[in-house]
Amino acid sequence: MGWSAGSLLLCVMVGCSPAAEGVCVEGSDTMVNLAQGWAENYHATHPEAIVQISGGGTGVGIASLIDGNCEIASASRKMKDKEVERVRTKRHEEPMEYIVGYDALAVYVHKDNPLDSISIEELAEVYGEGGRITRWSQLGIDPKLLHNDTIIRVSRQNSSGTYVYFREAVMGKTRDYKLGSIDQNGSVDVVALVANTPSAIGYSGMGYSMPGVKMLKISKHKAGVGIAPTVENAKKREGGYPITRPLLLYTAGPPKEKAKQLLDWILDKPGQKVVVELGYVPVAPYE
Amino acid sequence: MLQLVLDRTEPAVEWLIRLCGWSAILLVFGIFFFVFREALPMLSGKLNLTEFFTSPQWRPTAEPEPHYGILALLVGTLSVTGLAMLMAVPLGLGAAVYISEFSSGRMREILKVLIELLAAIPSVVWGFIGYMVLGPIIIRLTGAPVGVNLLNGSIILALMSVPIIVSVGEDALKAVPDSYREAALSLGASRWEIVYRVLFPAAKNGLLAAVLLGVGRAIGETMAVLMATGHAIQIPHSLLDPIRTLTATIAAELGEAVQGEPHYRVLFVIGLVVFVLTFIVNLTADLVVKGIHNERAA
Repeated sequence: MGWSAGSLLLCVMVGCSPAAEGVCVEGSDTMVNLAQGWAENYHATHPEAIVQISGGGTGVGIASLIDGNCEIASASRKMKDKEVERVRTKRHEEPMEYIVGYDALAVYVHKDNPLDSISIEELAEVYGEGGRITRWSQLGIDPKLLHNDTIIRVSRQNSSGTYVYFREAVMGKTRDYKLGSIDQNGSVDVVALVANTPSAIGYSGMGYSMPGVKMLKISKHKAGVGIAPTVENAKKREGGYPITRPLLLYTAGPPKEKAKQLLDWILDKPGQKVVVELGYVPVAPYE
Repeated sequence: MLQLVLDRTEPAVEWLIRLCGWSAILLVFGIFFFVFREALPMLSGKLNLTEFFTSPQWRPTAEPEPHYGILALLVGTLSVTGLAMLMAVPLGLGAAVYISEFSSGRMREILKVLIELLAAIPSVVWGFIGYMVLGPIIIRLTGAPVGVNLLNGSIILALMSVPIIVSVGEDALKAVPDSYREAALSLGASRWEIVYRVLFPAAKNGLLAAVLLGVGRAIGETMAVLMATGHAIQIPHSLLDPIRTLTATIAAELGEAVQGEPHYRVLFVIGLVVFVLTFIVNLTADLVVKGIHNERAA
Protein backbone atom coordinates (compact mmCIF):
# COMPACT_ATOMS: atom_id res chain seq x y z
CA MET A 1 0.00 0.00 0.00
CA GLY A 2 2.78 2.38 0.96
CA TRP A 3 4.80 1.38 -2.11
CA SER A 4 1.91 2.00 -4.51
CA ALA A 5 1.09 5.31 -2.85
CA GLY A 6 4.74 6.32 -3.01
CA SER A 7 5.11 5.36 -6.65
CA LEU A 8 1.85 7.10 -7.56
CA LEU A 9 3.08 10.26 -5.83
CA LEU A 10 6.39 10.00 -7.66
CA CYS A 11 4.60 9.67 -10.97
CA VAL A 12 2.37 12.62 -10.23
CA MET A 13 5.47 14.70 -9.42
CA VAL A 14 7.25 13.58 -12.55
CA GLY A 15 4.20 14.38 -14.60
CA CYS A 16 1.60 12.16 -16.19
CA SER A 17 2.77 11.91 -19.78
CA PRO A 18 2.97 9.01 -22.22
CA ALA A 19 6.76 9.15 -21.90
CA ALA A 20 6.65 8.55 -18.13
CA GLU A 21 6.49 5.08 -16.60
CA GLY A 22 3.07 3.57 -16.33
CA VAL A 23 -0.37 3.92 -17.81
CA CYS A 24 -2.68 6.88 -17.35
CA VAL A 25 -6.48 6.60 -17.13
CA GLU A 26 -8.33 9.89 -16.88
CA GLY A 27 -11.89 11.10 -17.16
CA SER A 28 -15.26 9.94 -15.92
CA ASP A 29 -16.11 10.68 -12.33
CA THR A 30 -18.72 7.89 -12.46
CA MET A 31 -15.93 5.43 -13.24
CA VAL A 32 -13.27 6.81 -10.94
CA ASN A 33 -13.93 4.30 -8.12
CA LEU A 34 -14.01 1.52 -10.70
CA ALA A 35 -10.73 2.71 -12.22
CA GLN A 36 -9.21 2.92 -8.75
CA GLY A 37 -10.30 -0.68 -8.09
CA TRP A 38 -8.74 -1.79 -11.39
CA ALA A 39 -5.50 0.05 -10.61
CA GLU A 40 -5.16 -1.55 -7.18
CA ASN A 41 -6.03 -5.07 -8.29
CA TYR A 42 -3.87 -4.85 -11.42
CA HIS A 43 -0.94 -3.64 -9.38
CA ALA A 44 -1.39 -6.52 -6.94
CA THR A 45 -0.90 -9.06 -9.73
CA HIS A 46 1.54 -6.97 -11.82
CA PRO A 47 3.78 -5.27 -9.22
CA GLU A 48 6.02 -3.60 -11.83
CA ALA A 49 3.07 -1.84 -13.48
CA ILE A 50 2.03 1.66 -12.44
CA VAL A 51 -1.47 2.86 -13.23
CA GLN A 52 -2.41 6.49 -12.58
CA ILE A 53 -6.08 7.36 -12.20
CA SER A 54 -7.63 10.80 -12.29
CA GLY A 55 -11.18 12.08 -12.54
CA GLY A 56 -12.46 15.46 -13.60
CA GLY A 57 -15.34 14.26 -15.75
CA THR A 58 -15.70 12.52 -19.10
CA GLY A 59 -15.12 15.80 -20.95
CA VAL A 60 -11.81 16.33 -19.15
CA GLY A 61 -10.63 12.80 -19.98
CA ILE A 62 -11.47 13.16 -23.66
CA ALA A 63 -9.82 16.60 -23.80
CA SER A 64 -6.71 15.03 -22.29
CA LEU A 65 -6.80 12.27 -24.89
CA ILE A 66 -7.09 14.84 -27.68
CA ASP A 67 -4.26 16.96 -26.27
CA GLY A 68 -2.09 13.87 -25.88
CA ASN A 69 -1.74 14.15 -22.11
CA CYS A 70 -3.22 10.77 -21.26
CA GLU A 71 -3.43 7.48 -23.13
CA ILE A 72 -6.74 6.10 -21.90
CA ALA A 73 -9.85 8.22 -21.41
CA SER A 74 -12.67 6.81 -19.30
CA ALA A 75 -16.14 7.92 -20.40
CA SER A 76 -19.69 7.43 -19.20
CA ARG A 77 -21.03 8.53 -22.57
CA LYS A 78 -20.10 7.91 -26.19
CA MET A 79 -17.62 10.26 -27.88
CA LYS A 80 -19.25 12.98 -29.94
CA ASP A 81 -18.52 13.23 -33.68
CA LYS A 82 -16.70 16.53 -33.09
CA GLU A 83 -14.44 14.84 -30.55
CA VAL A 84 -13.70 11.95 -32.93
CA GLU A 85 -12.73 14.54 -35.55
CA ARG A 86 -10.41 16.31 -33.11
CA VAL A 87 -8.66 13.05 -32.26
CA ARG A 88 -8.14 12.46 -35.96
CA THR A 89 -6.72 15.94 -36.58
CA LYS A 90 -4.64 16.36 -33.44
CA ARG A 91 -3.43 12.82 -32.73
CA HIS A 92 -3.53 11.54 -36.36
CA GLU A 93 -5.18 8.37 -35.08
CA GLU A 94 -8.61 6.81 -35.11
CA PRO A 95 -10.14 6.68 -31.59
CA MET A 96 -10.80 3.13 -30.39
CA GLU A 97 -13.73 2.39 -28.10
CA TYR A 98 -13.90 -0.39 -25.50
CA ILE A 99 -17.10 -1.18 -23.57
CA VAL A 100 -15.96 -2.26 -20.11
CA GLY A 101 -19.23 -2.49 -18.23
CA TYR A 102 -22.74 -1.10 -17.86
CA ASP A 103 -24.28 1.24 -15.31
CA ALA A 104 -27.87 2.06 -14.50
CA LEU A 105 -28.33 5.81 -14.09
CA ALA A 106 -30.56 6.20 -11.03
CA VAL A 107 -32.84 9.11 -10.17
CA TYR A 108 -32.50 9.94 -6.47
CA VAL A 109 -34.95 11.68 -4.13
CA HIS A 110 -34.86 12.32 -0.40
CA LYS A 111 -35.94 9.35 1.72
CA ASP A 112 -38.93 11.31 3.10
CA ASN A 113 -40.27 11.86 -0.41
CA PRO A 114 -43.35 9.66 -0.92
CA LEU A 115 -42.77 9.52 -4.71
CA ASP A 116 -41.98 5.98 -5.79
CA SER A 117 -41.89 5.96 -9.55
CA ILE A 118 -41.58 8.51 -12.36
CA SER A 119 -41.89 8.29 -16.15
CA ILE A 120 -39.27 9.50 -18.62
CA GLU A 121 -41.79 12.02 -19.99
CA GLU A 122 -42.29 13.55 -16.52
CA LEU A 123 -38.52 13.58 -15.92
CA ALA A 124 -38.10 15.48 -19.19
CA GLU A 125 -40.72 18.00 -18.06
CA VAL A 126 -38.85 18.48 -14.76
CA TYR A 127 -35.31 18.78 -16.20
CA GLY A 128 -35.83 19.91 -19.76
CA GLU A 129 -35.95 23.41 -21.16
CA GLY A 130 -39.52 24.68 -21.32
CA GLY A 131 -40.61 21.83 -19.05
CA ARG A 132 -43.77 22.66 -17.12
CA ILE A 133 -43.22 20.63 -13.95
CA THR A 134 -41.59 22.88 -11.32
CA ARG A 135 -43.43 21.91 -8.13
CA TRP A 136 -43.86 18.65 -6.27
CA SER A 137 -47.61 19.26 -6.08
CA GLN A 138 -47.75 18.91 -9.87
CA LEU A 139 -46.52 15.33 -9.41
CA GLY A 140 -49.18 14.64 -6.81
CA ILE A 141 -46.95 14.97 -3.77
CA ASP A 142 -48.12 16.82 -0.66
CA PRO A 143 -45.53 19.65 -0.29
CA LYS A 144 -45.93 19.71 3.49
CA LEU A 145 -44.06 16.41 3.65
CA LEU A 146 -41.09 17.94 1.85
CA HIS A 147 -40.52 21.26 3.61
CA ASN A 148 -40.89 23.12 0.31
CA ASP A 149 -42.93 22.77 -2.89
CA THR A 150 -40.22 23.89 -5.33
CA ILE A 151 -38.45 21.01 -7.05
CA ILE A 152 -34.72 21.59 -6.56
CA ARG A 153 -33.03 20.02 -9.59
CA VAL A 154 -29.55 18.70 -8.89
CA SER A 155 -27.45 18.11 -11.96
CA ARG A 156 -23.80 17.77 -12.98
CA GLN A 157 -21.43 20.24 -14.62
CA ASN A 158 -21.32 20.18 -18.40
CA SER A 159 -17.97 18.37 -18.51
CA SER A 160 -19.70 15.29 -17.10
CA GLY A 161 -20.52 12.30 -19.29
CA THR A 162 -23.42 11.56 -16.97
CA TYR A 163 -24.80 15.04 -17.74
CA VAL A 164 -24.62 14.41 -21.49
CA TYR A 165 -25.96 10.85 -21.29
CA PHE A 166 -28.94 11.90 -19.13
CA ARG A 167 -29.79 14.68 -21.58
CA GLU A 168 -29.82 12.29 -24.53
CA ALA A 169 -31.63 9.46 -22.76
CA VAL A 170 -34.32 11.54 -21.05
CA MET A 171 -34.74 14.75 -23.03
CA GLY A 172 -33.78 13.49 -26.46
CA LYS A 173 -31.20 14.89 -28.83
CA THR A 174 -32.96 18.17 -29.54
CA ARG A 175 -33.91 19.36 -26.08
CA ASP A 176 -31.49 20.92 -23.61
CA TYR A 177 -31.55 21.27 -19.82
CA LYS A 178 -33.55 23.95 -18.03
CA LEU A 179 -31.05 26.45 -16.60
CA GLY A 180 -30.95 27.03 -12.85
CA SER A 181 -30.18 23.51 -11.67
CA ILE A 182 -27.57 23.09 -8.99
CA ASP A 183 -24.59 21.78 -10.95
CA GLN A 184 -22.45 19.56 -8.79
CA ASN A 185 -18.92 18.46 -9.51
CA GLY A 186 -19.07 14.72 -8.90
CA SER A 187 -21.40 11.74 -8.68
CA VAL A 188 -21.16 11.57 -4.89
CA ASP A 189 -21.88 15.29 -4.48
CA VAL A 190 -25.22 14.96 -6.29
CA VAL A 191 -26.47 12.22 -3.98
CA ALA A 192 -25.10 13.94 -0.87
CA LEU A 193 -26.99 17.14 -1.71
CA VAL A 194 -30.21 15.22 -2.31
CA ALA A 195 -29.75 13.46 1.05
CA ASN A 196 -29.55 16.88 2.75
CA THR A 197 -32.35 18.59 0.83
CA PRO A 198 -35.88 17.18 1.22
CA SER A 199 -37.27 18.84 -1.90
CA ALA A 200 -34.43 17.85 -4.21
CA ILE A 201 -34.19 15.41 -7.11
CA GLY A 202 -30.92 14.31 -8.72
CA TYR A 203 -29.38 11.73 -11.04
CA SER A 204 -26.23 9.67 -10.53
CA GLY A 205 -24.86 6.16 -11.00
CA MET A 206 -26.73 3.44 -9.10
CA GLY A 207 -23.56 2.60 -7.19
CA TYR A 208 -23.61 5.95 -5.38
CA SER A 209 -26.66 5.34 -3.22
CA MET A 210 -26.31 6.32 0.45
CA PRO A 211 -28.56 6.42 3.54
CA GLY A 212 -30.93 9.35 3.32
CA VAL A 213 -31.93 8.88 -0.31
CA LYS A 214 -33.97 6.45 -2.31
CA MET A 215 -33.91 5.55 -6.00
CA LEU A 216 -37.02 6.02 -8.11
CA LYS A 217 -38.44 3.35 -10.40
CA ILE A 218 -38.48 4.57 -13.97
CA SER A 219 -41.22 3.83 -16.49
CA LYS A 220 -40.90 4.56 -20.19
CA HIS A 221 -44.36 6.12 -20.37
CA LYS A 222 -46.63 7.82 -17.87
CA ALA A 223 -48.99 4.89 -17.54
CA GLY A 224 -46.25 2.27 -17.62
CA VAL A 225 -44.85 0.11 -14.86
CA GLY A 226 -41.82 1.54 -13.11
CA ILE A 227 -38.65 -0.52 -13.19
CA ALA A 228 -36.14 -0.32 -10.36
CA PRO A 229 -32.43 0.40 -10.99
CA THR A 230 -30.81 -2.91 -10.08
CA VAL A 231 -28.03 -4.92 -11.67
CA GLU A 232 -30.53 -7.58 -12.83
CA ASN A 233 -32.78 -4.99 -14.48
CA ALA A 234 -29.80 -3.28 -16.08
CA LYS A 235 -28.71 -6.63 -17.61
CA LYS A 236 -32.06 -7.28 -19.31
CA ARG A 237 -32.18 -6.25 -22.94
CA GLU A 238 -35.99 -6.23 -23.18
CA GLY A 239 -38.13 -4.66 -20.48
CA GLY A 240 -35.10 -3.72 -18.45
CA TYR A 241 -34.19 -0.45 -16.73
CA PRO A 242 -34.66 2.26 -19.40
CA ILE A 243 -31.64 4.46 -18.57
CA THR A 244 -28.72 2.05 -18.69
CA ARG A 245 -25.52 3.25 -20.23
CA PRO A 246 -22.27 1.58 -21.31
CA LEU A 247 -19.07 2.46 -19.45
CA LEU A 248 -16.32 3.10 -21.99
CA LEU A 249 -12.57 3.43 -22.33
CA TYR A 250 -11.07 5.24 -25.32
CA THR A 251 -7.58 5.27 -26.79
CA ALA A 252 -6.18 7.25 -29.71
CA GLY A 253 -5.32 4.50 -32.12
CA PRO A 254 -4.35 0.96 -31.07
CA PRO A 255 -3.02 1.00 -27.49
CA LYS A 256 0.70 0.64 -26.80
CA GLU A 257 1.94 -2.45 -24.96
CA LYS A 258 1.49 -1.35 -21.33
CA ALA A 259 -1.94 0.14 -22.05
CA LYS A 260 -2.88 -2.90 -24.12
CA GLN A 261 -1.97 -5.23 -21.26
CA LEU A 262 -4.17 -3.24 -18.89
CA LEU A 263 -7.07 -3.13 -21.33
CA ASP A 264 -6.91 -6.88 -21.95
CA TRP A 265 -6.87 -7.46 -18.18
CA ILE A 266 -9.90 -5.18 -17.68
CA LEU A 267 -11.92 -6.93 -20.38
CA ASP A 268 -11.00 -10.34 -19.00
CA LYS A 269 -12.18 -12.17 -15.86
CA PRO A 270 -10.10 -10.32 -13.20
CA GLY A 271 -11.11 -6.85 -14.40
CA GLN A 272 -14.76 -7.80 -14.77
CA LYS A 273 -14.71 -9.26 -11.25
CA VAL A 274 -13.91 -5.73 -10.01
CA VAL A 275 -16.82 -4.40 -12.08
CA VAL A 276 -19.22 -6.80 -10.37
CA GLU A 277 -17.79 -6.14 -6.91
CA LEU A 278 -18.42 -2.41 -7.27
CA GLY A 279 -22.05 -2.96 -8.23
CA TYR A 280 -21.90 -2.48 -11.99
CA VAL A 281 -22.94 -4.81 -14.79
CA PRO A 282 -20.08 -6.77 -16.45
CA VAL A 283 -19.72 -7.22 -20.20
CA ALA A 284 -21.26 -10.17 -22.01
CA PRO A 285 -19.22 -13.33 -21.38
CA TYR A 286 -18.97 -12.60 -17.64
CA GLU A 287 -22.66 -12.09 -16.85
CA MET B 1 38.12 46.13 4.23
CA LEU B 2 34.42 46.04 5.04
CA GLN B 3 33.96 49.42 3.35
CA LEU B 4 35.53 48.04 0.19
CA VAL B 5 33.12 45.09 0.15
CA LEU B 6 30.15 47.35 0.77
CA ASP B 7 31.20 49.73 -2.04
CA ARG B 8 31.43 46.82 -4.45
CA THR B 9 28.14 45.22 -3.48
CA GLU B 10 26.08 48.41 -3.29
CA PRO B 11 25.43 48.74 -7.05
CA ALA B 12 24.73 45.01 -7.30
CA VAL B 13 22.12 45.23 -4.55
CA GLU B 14 20.58 48.30 -6.17
CA TRP B 15 20.40 46.42 -9.41
CA LEU B 16 18.77 43.42 -7.74
CA ILE B 17 16.12 45.59 -6.10
CA ARG B 18 15.42 47.35 -9.38
CA LEU B 19 14.99 43.95 -11.02
CA CYS B 20 12.49 42.89 -8.37
CA GLY B 21 10.47 46.05 -8.91
CA TRP B 22 10.44 45.62 -12.66
CA SER B 23 9.59 41.95 -12.44
CA ALA B 24 6.38 42.79 -10.58
CA ILE B 25 5.27 45.06 -13.44
CA LEU B 26 6.41 42.56 -16.07
CA LEU B 27 4.53 39.74 -14.32
CA VAL B 28 1.25 41.65 -14.33
CA PHE B 29 1.64 42.56 -17.98
CA GLY B 30 2.69 39.01 -18.77
CA ILE B 31 -0.45 37.56 -17.22
CA PHE B 32 -2.68 40.06 -18.98
CA PHE B 33 -0.90 39.38 -22.29
CA PHE B 34 -1.29 35.59 -21.91
CA VAL B 35 -5.01 35.80 -21.13
CA PHE B 36 -5.56 38.30 -23.94
CA ARG B 37 -3.67 36.17 -26.45
CA GLU B 38 -5.74 33.08 -25.68
CA ALA B 39 -8.97 35.06 -25.85
CA LEU B 40 -8.19 37.13 -28.96
CA PRO B 41 -9.26 34.69 -31.73
CA MET B 42 -12.77 34.58 -30.30
CA LEU B 43 -12.94 38.35 -29.79
CA SER B 44 -12.18 39.26 -33.40
CA GLY B 45 -15.66 38.74 -34.79
CA LYS B 46 -16.49 35.15 -33.86
CA LEU B 47 -18.10 35.89 -30.51
CA ASN B 48 -21.42 37.69 -30.63
CA LEU B 49 -20.70 40.29 -27.95
CA THR B 50 -24.32 41.43 -27.62
CA GLU B 51 -25.44 37.89 -26.91
CA PHE B 52 -22.41 37.42 -24.65
CA PHE B 53 -23.33 40.27 -22.33
CA THR B 54 -27.11 40.20 -22.46
CA SER B 55 -28.09 36.54 -22.61
CA PRO B 56 -28.36 34.36 -19.49
CA GLN B 57 -28.07 31.21 -21.60
CA TRP B 58 -24.67 29.71 -20.83
CA ARG B 59 -24.68 26.48 -22.85
CA PRO B 60 -21.15 25.88 -24.13
CA THR B 61 -21.70 22.18 -24.89
CA ALA B 62 -25.07 22.48 -26.62
CA GLU B 63 -25.66 20.68 -29.94
CA PRO B 64 -25.73 21.87 -32.68
CA GLU B 65 -24.93 25.47 -31.69
CA PRO B 66 -23.34 26.42 -28.35
CA HIS B 67 -24.59 29.55 -26.61
CA TYR B 68 -22.20 31.81 -24.74
CA GLY B 69 -24.24 34.23 -22.65
CA ILE B 70 -22.74 35.38 -19.35
CA LEU B 71 -25.49 37.65 -18.03
CA ALA B 72 -26.48 35.20 -15.28
CA LEU B 73 -22.83 34.64 -14.33
CA LEU B 74 -22.09 38.38 -14.31
CA VAL B 75 -25.11 39.09 -12.12
CA GLY B 76 -23.99 36.22 -9.91
CA THR B 77 -20.50 37.66 -9.41
CA LEU B 78 -21.74 41.22 -8.86
CA SER B 79 -24.54 40.24 -6.49
CA VAL B 80 -22.46 37.93 -4.31
CA THR B 81 -19.60 40.47 -4.15
CA GLY B 82 -21.93 43.37 -3.46
CA LEU B 83 -23.82 41.60 -0.71
CA ALA B 84 -20.59 40.31 0.82
CA MET B 85 -19.12 43.84 0.91
CA LEU B 86 -22.32 45.18 2.47
CA MET B 87 -21.63 42.84 5.37
CA ALA B 88 -17.84 42.88 5.38
CA VAL B 89 -17.11 46.61 5.23
CA PRO B 90 -19.01 47.69 8.38
CA LEU B 91 -17.84 44.57 10.18
CA GLY B 92 -14.24 44.95 9.05
CA LEU B 93 -13.91 48.67 9.60
CA GLY B 94 -15.69 48.38 12.92
CA ALA B 95 -13.26 45.70 14.03
CA ALA B 96 -10.32 47.81 12.80
CA VAL B 97 -11.55 50.80 14.79
CA TYR B 98 -12.07 48.66 17.88
CA ILE B 99 -8.62 47.11 17.70
CA SER B 100 -6.92 50.42 17.01
CA GLU B 101 -8.80 52.79 19.29
CA PHE B 102 -10.86 51.02 21.91
CA SER B 103 -8.96 47.93 22.92
CA SER B 104 -5.71 47.80 24.80
CA GLY B 105 -2.76 45.55 25.46
CA ARG B 106 -3.78 41.92 25.87
CA MET B 107 -7.14 42.17 24.14
CA ARG B 108 -5.55 43.87 21.17
CA GLU B 109 -2.88 41.19 20.77
CA ILE B 110 -5.37 38.34 21.04
CA LEU B 111 -7.71 39.91 18.51
CA LYS B 112 -4.91 40.56 16.03
CA VAL B 113 -3.71 36.96 16.25
CA LEU B 114 -7.23 35.56 15.86
CA ILE B 115 -7.99 37.72 12.85
CA GLU B 116 -4.74 36.71 11.19
CA LEU B 117 -5.72 33.10 11.83
CA LEU B 118 -9.00 33.75 10.04
CA ALA B 119 -7.04 35.03 7.05
CA ALA B 120 -4.97 31.85 6.94
CA ILE B 121 -7.94 29.53 6.40
CA PRO B 122 -7.76 28.15 2.83
CA SER B 123 -10.66 29.08 0.57
CA VAL B 124 -11.64 25.48 -0.06
CA VAL B 125 -12.16 25.05 3.71
CA TRP B 126 -14.38 28.12 3.66
CA GLY B 127 -16.36 26.53 0.85
CA PHE B 128 -16.70 23.39 2.91
CA ILE B 129 -17.93 25.41 5.91
CA GLY B 130 -20.49 27.11 3.68
CA TYR B 131 -21.69 23.83 2.21
CA MET B 132 -21.77 21.64 5.33
CA VAL B 133 -22.28 24.06 8.25
CA LEU B 134 -23.94 27.23 7.01
CA GLY B 135 -26.21 25.48 4.50
CA PRO B 136 -28.32 23.54 7.04
CA ILE B 137 -28.42 26.62 9.32
CA ILE B 138 -29.82 28.72 6.48
CA ILE B 139 -32.43 26.07 5.68
CA ARG B 140 -33.52 25.96 9.31
CA LEU B 141 -33.61 29.75 9.84
CA THR B 142 -35.14 30.88 6.56
CA GLY B 143 -37.09 27.88 5.28
CA ALA B 144 -35.14 28.00 2.03
CA PRO B 145 -35.50 24.93 -0.20
CA VAL B 146 -31.74 24.51 -0.45
CA GLY B 147 -28.89 25.75 1.71
CA VAL B 148 -26.32 26.64 -0.97
CA ASN B 149 -27.35 29.97 -2.43
CA LEU B 150 -26.56 33.67 -2.82
CA LEU B 151 -26.90 34.31 0.92
CA ASN B 152 -24.58 31.46 1.85
CA GLY B 153 -21.94 32.56 -0.67
CA SER B 154 -22.10 36.19 0.47
CA ILE B 155 -21.69 35.33 4.15
CA ILE B 156 -18.68 33.14 3.42
CA LEU B 157 -17.13 35.78 1.14
CA ALA B 158 -17.70 38.44 3.80
CA LEU B 159 -15.95 36.28 6.40
CA MET B 160 -13.04 35.82 3.99
CA SER B 161 -12.72 39.52 3.25
CA VAL B 162 -12.98 40.78 6.84
CA PRO B 163 -9.42 39.84 7.91
CA ILE B 164 -7.92 41.82 5.00
CA ILE B 165 -10.08 44.85 5.68
CA VAL B 166 -9.21 44.69 9.38
CA SER B 167 -5.45 44.32 8.83
CA VAL B 168 -5.05 47.10 6.31
CA GLY B 169 -7.64 49.31 7.99
CA GLU B 170 -5.97 48.99 11.34
CA ASP B 171 -2.62 49.92 9.80
CA ALA B 172 -4.21 52.98 8.21
CA LEU B 173 -5.69 54.09 11.53
CA LYS B 174 -2.43 53.52 13.36
CA ALA B 175 -0.67 55.73 10.83
CA VAL B 176 -2.69 58.76 11.89
CA PRO B 177 -0.39 60.69 14.24
CA ASP B 178 -1.38 60.81 17.91
CA SER B 179 -1.26 64.60 17.78
CA TYR B 180 -4.59 64.52 15.90
CA ARG B 181 -6.19 62.49 18.67
CA GLU B 182 -4.70 64.66 21.39
CA ALA B 183 -5.86 67.84 19.68
CA ALA B 184 -9.39 66.50 19.38
CA LEU B 185 -9.40 65.37 23.02
CA SER B 186 -8.30 68.78 24.13
CA LEU B 187 -11.27 70.26 22.27
CA GLY B 188 -13.57 68.04 24.28
CA ALA B 189 -14.38 65.34 21.71
CA SER B 190 -15.62 61.93 22.88
CA ARG B 191 -13.82 58.80 21.71
CA TRP B 192 -16.42 58.04 19.05
CA GLU B 193 -16.33 61.66 17.86
CA ILE B 194 -12.57 61.38 17.49
CA VAL B 195 -13.05 58.30 15.33
CA TYR B 196 -15.58 59.59 12.87
CA ARG B 197 -14.74 63.30 12.86
CA VAL B 198 -10.95 63.08 12.93
CA LEU B 199 -9.60 59.61 12.18
CA PHE B 200 -11.86 58.56 9.31
CA PRO B 201 -11.15 61.70 7.27
CA ALA B 202 -7.44 61.49 8.07
CA ALA B 203 -7.13 57.79 7.22
CA LYS B 204 -9.53 57.82 4.26
CA ASN B 205 -6.93 56.69 1.72
CA GLY B 206 -5.81 53.73 3.78
CA LEU B 207 -9.35 52.70 4.70
CA LEU B 208 -10.38 52.87 1.06
CA ALA B 209 -7.39 50.72 0.16
CA ALA B 210 -8.52 48.23 2.80
CA VAL B 211 -12.02 48.06 1.32
CA LEU B 212 -10.59 47.78 -2.20
CA LEU B 213 -8.43 44.82 -1.24
CA GLY B 214 -11.48 43.19 0.31
CA VAL B 215 -13.49 43.72 -2.88
CA GLY B 216 -10.62 42.38 -4.97
CA ARG B 217 -10.52 39.24 -2.86
CA ALA B 218 -14.27 38.80 -3.20
CA ILE B 219 -14.43 39.26 -6.99
CA GLY B 220 -11.58 36.84 -7.59
CA GLU B 221 -12.64 34.15 -5.12
CA THR B 222 -13.29 30.85 -6.83
CA MET B 223 -13.34 27.70 -4.70
CA ALA B 224 -15.42 29.01 -1.83
CA VAL B 225 -18.15 30.39 -4.08
CA LEU B 226 -18.13 27.30 -6.26
CA MET B 227 -19.07 25.23 -3.23
CA ALA B 228 -21.25 27.65 -1.31
CA THR B 229 -23.41 29.27 -3.99
CA GLY B 230 -24.90 26.11 -5.51
CA HIS B 231 -23.27 26.73 -8.91
CA ALA B 232 -26.61 27.25 -10.70
CA ILE B 233 -26.92 29.28 -13.90
CA GLN B 234 -29.76 31.67 -13.18
CA ILE B 235 -30.44 35.30 -12.38
CA PRO B 236 -31.41 35.35 -8.69
CA HIS B 237 -34.83 36.67 -7.70
CA SER B 238 -34.21 36.38 -3.98
CA LEU B 239 -31.30 35.96 -1.59
CA LEU B 240 -32.17 32.29 -1.27
CA ASP B 241 -31.65 31.43 -4.95
CA PRO B 242 -28.58 29.43 -5.95
CA ILE B 243 -26.29 31.31 -8.38
CA ARG B 244 -23.01 30.87 -10.20
CA THR B 245 -20.05 33.25 -10.56
CA LEU B 246 -17.69 33.98 -13.47
CA THR B 247 -14.69 32.63 -11.58
CA ALA B 248 -16.38 29.34 -10.64
CA THR B 249 -17.36 28.83 -14.28
CA ILE B 250 -13.74 29.12 -15.40
CA ALA B 251 -12.55 26.75 -12.68
CA ALA B 252 -15.21 24.15 -13.40
CA GLU B 253 -14.98 24.12 -17.18
CA LEU B 254 -11.40 24.85 -18.24
CA GLY B 255 -10.37 21.23 -17.69
CA GLU B 256 -12.77 19.86 -20.26
CA ALA B 257 -12.22 22.54 -22.87
CA VAL B 258 -9.82 21.40 -25.56
CA GLN B 259 -6.96 23.87 -26.15
CA GLY B 260 -7.71 26.28 -28.97
CA GLU B 261 -11.40 25.40 -29.28
CA PRO B 262 -14.11 28.11 -28.96
CA HIS B 263 -15.23 26.98 -25.48
CA TYR B 264 -11.63 27.26 -24.25
CA ARG B 265 -11.22 30.73 -25.72
CA VAL B 266 -14.54 32.01 -24.39
CA LEU B 267 -13.45 30.98 -20.89
CA PHE B 268 -10.40 33.23 -21.36
CA VAL B 269 -12.72 36.02 -22.49
CA ILE B 270 -14.52 35.53 -19.18
CA GLY B 271 -11.11 35.85 -17.52
CA LEU B 272 -10.70 39.18 -19.29
CA VAL B 273 -14.10 40.28 -18.01
CA VAL B 274 -13.00 39.52 -14.43
CA PHE B 275 -9.77 41.48 -15.09
CA VAL B 276 -11.76 44.44 -16.39
CA LEU B 277 -14.15 44.32 -13.42
CA THR B 278 -11.27 44.46 -10.95
CA PHE B 279 -9.68 47.25 -12.97
CA ILE B 280 -12.90 49.29 -12.91
CA VAL B 281 -13.17 48.87 -9.14
CA ASN B 282 -9.57 50.01 -8.65
CA LEU B 283 -9.92 52.90 -11.08
CA THR B 284 -13.11 54.14 -9.40
CA ALA B 285 -11.46 54.01 -6.02
CA ASP B 286 -8.40 55.86 -7.35
CA LEU B 287 -10.61 58.61 -8.74
CA VAL B 288 -12.54 58.84 -5.47
CA VAL B 289 -9.28 59.17 -3.55
CA LYS B 290 -8.07 61.84 -5.95
CA GLY B 291 -11.38 63.60 -5.54
CA ILE B 292 -11.01 63.59 -1.79
CA HIS B 293 -7.44 64.87 -2.16
CA ASN B 294 -8.50 67.78 -4.36
CA GLU B 295 -11.40 68.55 -2.06
CA ARG B 296 -9.08 68.75 0.89
CA ALA B 297 -6.46 70.77 -0.98
CA ALA B 298 -9.03 73.30 -2.14
